[in-house]
Amino acid sequence: MPHTLNKALEPFLIIVGSLSVSMVLFGAFVAAAGANPFEVYQTMYRAAFGTSFSWQNTLIRAAPLMLTALCTALPGYLGLIIIGGEGAVVMGGLFAAIAALTIPDAPPMVVLTTMALAGMAAGAIWLAIGGALRHYRAVNETISSLLLNYIAIALLNHLVTSTFRDPESLNHPSTHHIGEANMIGLIPGTDLHWGLAFGIVACVLSWFLMHHTVFGFSSQIAGGNVRAAQIAGLPVGRLILIVCCVAGAAGGLAGMVEVAAIHGRANDTLNANYGYAGILVAFVARNNPLAIIPVAVLLGGIRASSGLLQRVHELPDATVLVMQGIIFLVILFSETLYGRFSRMPKEGAA
Amino acid sequence: MAASRKLTRRQVLQGTAAAGALGMLGRFDWIGQAWGATDKVKMGFIFVGPRDDYGYNQAHFEGKSAVAKLDWAKAFDEEKVPETIEVQKTMESMIKLDGAQVIFPTSFGYFDPHILKVAPQYPNIQFLHCGGLYQEGKHPKNVGSYFGYIDESQYVAGIVAGGMSKSGKLGFVAAKPIPQVLRNINNYMLGARSIRPNCTTNVIFTGDWSLPVREAEATNSLVDQGIDVITCHVDSPKVVITTAEKRGIYCTGYHCNQAKLAPRGYLTGAEWNWAKVYMDYAELIRKGEPIPHLIRGGLKEGLVKVSEYHQTVTEAVRTQAEAAKAKFMSGSMVVYKGPIKDNTGRVVIAAGKEHVQTDIWLESMDWLVEGVIGSTKS
Repeated sequence: MPHTLNKALEPFLIIVGSLSVSMVLFGAFVAAAGANPFEVYQTMYRAAFGTSFSWQNTLIRAAPLMLTALCTALPGYLGLIIIGGEGAVVMGGLFAAIAALTIPDAPPMVVLTTMALAGMAAGAIWLAIGGALRHYRAVNETISSLLLNYIAIALLNHLVTSTFRDPESLNHPSTHHIGEANMIGLIPGTDLHWGLAFGIVACVLSWFLMHHTVFGFSSQIAGGNVRAAQIAGLPVGRLILIVCCVAGAAGGLAGMVEVAAIHGRANDTLNANYGYAGILVAFVARNNPLAIIPVAVLLGGIRASSGLLQRVHELPDATVLVMQGIIFLVILFSETLYGRFSRMPKEGAA
Repeated sequence: MAASRKLTRRQVLQGTAAAGALGMLGRFDWIGQAWGATDKVKMGFIFVGPRDDYGYNQAHFEGKSAVAKLDWAKAFDEEKVPETIEVQKTMESMIKLDGAQVIFPTSFGYFDPHILKVAPQYPNIQFLHCGGLYQEGKHPKNVGSYFGYIDESQYVAGIVAGGMSKSGKLGFVAAKPIPQVLRNINNYMLGARSIRPNCTTNVIFTGDWSLPVREAEATNSLVDQGIDVITCHVDSPKVVITTAEKRGIYCTGYHCNQAKLAPRGYLTGAEWNWAKVYMDYAELIRKGEPIPHLIRGGLKEGLVKVSEYHQTVTEAVRTQAEAAKAKFMSGSMVVYKGPIKDNTGRVVIAAGKEHVQTDIWLESMDWLVEGVIGSTKS
């Protein structure tokens, strides 16, 4: 009984412990930069969670991160380290906009559905390329997915300055606007767009898929030991492709939301580094789709607090990047702690 | 500076403590009193990149620093705010938490959709955007726009570059082939050719506003092709200028003064003068006078300036540059006076035809003038 309790508590305690250590380290950094760490934390809390405006500010920043974190988290079950979320977002946003522009007269619901499907398909294909190269050609998926990000950005810049350019977007090349009627709108009673709901639903569904279906179980087996999975007759290649597609679809949906909820067009602002921030979220959440939700909110809060840190304490924007970096490293180091706590009592008893 | 920073922090902390007791509404009232002056003009500045980038954002930060010194104004800023929904939240945060009366979102991409979305929700707050995009009747009443004809300064810098070059080959590292950038390149070339008809400008487009590695590669490649004066239009000229200095060639700056980065080769440069713009706005707001929706101007109006000439710039070149500057100052200069051909040989401005600085036709420029080696399609 204590053993199972340990097992359930272990990840929680290690993550909380890591975050505490990170806060101490960051506090030391802030003190070295000449600010009072307690005041800084107080400001950060106020900016991120202190008022209803702060909460909305935090959640709106967390929304895309939930989706982009899935780009890294889901392939992680198969032992793949894919960091191509940025490319999936860019491609998703680009093709969602293009899809909307091909059916200008359709009713808004049809346009939005088409945009979502097109965006998810584009993101899915983009990440699946990395997965396919891994499985069929043994190309390192981390490198290929990273490089595919640059290709996606180049393709976006090329298409919005040529074929799909709104000629009136003189100094900021963009596609045509998808039309105000086709914008996705806000969650009633809030200042939050629907991207947040999509993010939460996607995380919950992904968790269900990976933890409560045969498909998810097979994926975990394949991630644990490819050879064993193949001997057991599992279609490893197909699993990799499908998981990468699901992951990419999440990223593509994030891009679609950027276009349909905020910009109304596709342009270089799609390349806003949500994909890279999502990697951090996935790592901290240890690839667990349910854990992604609170971690994304935490990171959204850290980002939301940057403004007030700058204005109140005159700290540079890089301060929050330092904090993110510290958290990332401490969490990575904490990986070595897994398994030690459950063993210790046994050794003590023996 | 340090003393005032300390005081501010303490005040805000007290505010935080009070917030707990008074609740949200109470706090906003309290902040107004805490600054000790409800009549202070509170201005929030938003930058897309770092404050100290030796470029676009530093130029705006220098302008902000100038108004921050006024004892009847309070200026605060945020750097590296992306052109996403984050800038909407930054604007709202400045209004709600800092009581900003006027917001200066300084990046071009902040305007549509972000300012256009937030401004109607806060009709008593002024949103003044850098980029000159305001259109009467189409945009909210509390929105304004300002921009400078910095291409005038580039024309003068082009004269200096053309005059000081030994090879007659100039270089230009540019971000994107959009009208604003093309106009700077063309003015640079036309300035240089006004005193040296055969010189050329090699252009490399990097593809984005901030790509330091590619900017360094472009600079090195241009130097290898034999150019001996270089300038640029990217967010931060730092890499181009320091690389040029290392390679031992001349350079002319952009956005703000980079003389410190290249003490041997910085001939002159095209600079913004946002301090003037921000001081003027602050004064109008303090007096409660109406704020013009659109402010545009060049050297004559003081919105842009030319860096001090380097000591190596010869007297003859200085005289020619100063003569052109004087014509800009008197308003008699017309840069786009036909006949002008583009670099494919097509006549873009027929003989006898003129396009003055304010001509809207120039705002959709999509060609490179004769003498420029490069293509808008790259």
